[in-house]
Amino acid sequence: MFAVTVSSSALVLAGAVFLAAAVEMVEALTIVVAVGHTRGWRSALEGSAAALGVLTVLVAALGPALVRVPLNALRLVVGGVLLIFGLQWLRKAVLRSSGWRALHDEDAIYQAKVRELEGLGASPGRDHAAFVMAFKGVFLEGLEVVIAVLTLGTSAHRLGLAVVSALVAVVLVGAVGAGVSRQLSAVPENAMKTVVGILLTSFGTFWTGEGLRIHWPGSDTMLLGFVAIYAFVVWALATSLRARRRAHEVAA
Amino acid sequence: MRLGRLRGAVAAFGRFWWDFLVGDTPEIFVVVVVALAIVAWLSLGAHLAALAGVVLPVAAVGALAISLVRAARSR
Repeated sequence: MFAVTVSSSALVLAGAVFLAAAVEMVEALTIVVAVGHTRGWRSALEGSAAALGVLTVLVAALGPALVRVPLNALRLVVGGVLLIFGLQWLRKAVLRSSGWRALHDEDAIYQAKVRELEGLGASPGRDHAAFVMAFKGVFLEGLEVVIAVLTLGTSAHRLGLAVVSALVAVVLVGAVGAGVSRQLSAVPENAMKTVVGILLTSFGTFWTGEGLRIHWPGSDTMLLGFVAIYAFVVWALATSLRARRRAHEVAA
Repeated sequence: MRLGRLRGAVAAFGRFWWDFLVGDTPEIFVVVVVALAIVAWLSLGAHLAALAGVVLPVAAVGALAISLVRAARSR
């Protein structure tokens, strides 16, 4: 029984980090592909590599330090951050799926980036504008992945698993992205964002409670209970907001 | 000069966390912080500990619902 519950929580953790990294990688890749197609691949790839390097240093520097923090304090702080972070993701996903907010359109973002880059003059030698834009795109999107890896990985004492899950997502999305290039809009990003939001909120609730010495019924299994509860709540809220949106449109 | 840079870095660090945790959803931040304070208080008393476990998920659902209604009303 113990082995089953431990592996199920590890699976949920790996899934959460993988999906969070995949969603952010799709957003970063849209920018990198736009930079590469418009200004050339050398600077785009150099900027991306530099950003990935800085993000790796951040994980390597902060990860071992966070592991030394007393577990209850770490889980309380990290759980609180995850709870807020997860609820913010769920809010965006529900507003998008119910039509109150436009879906994240990678095609539109791609076109906007291309227009922005074409407006910049050509520069001789290394293209600094392309380098900086690719760096910023990968770094800013990657920062959320770093936070997910560090918070989930250190609180569960599974930093290695979290790092590997994120790396697999980065490599997989990078490889698929290189193949499909501009068809990144086909990725079901909002569905992935919803799943990540549910997982982050579940971990946040679970660990904040553990940090405050709450003994959850069923121990680690309660994590799956939270996933089910929040999945139902998200479905109910999205359905209700969709109906409200339709009524709003009829009235207008 | 060095002090100015240090101040700038501290301000940027604070801005990052403010945007990250509060941003355009202060209601989520406030509900979560208040819920944590209530749960911490409840978990001090042994007879209220069971209630503490209920407050957290209920507050999370409440924060999400409030934030969604607020966003829908503003559109």
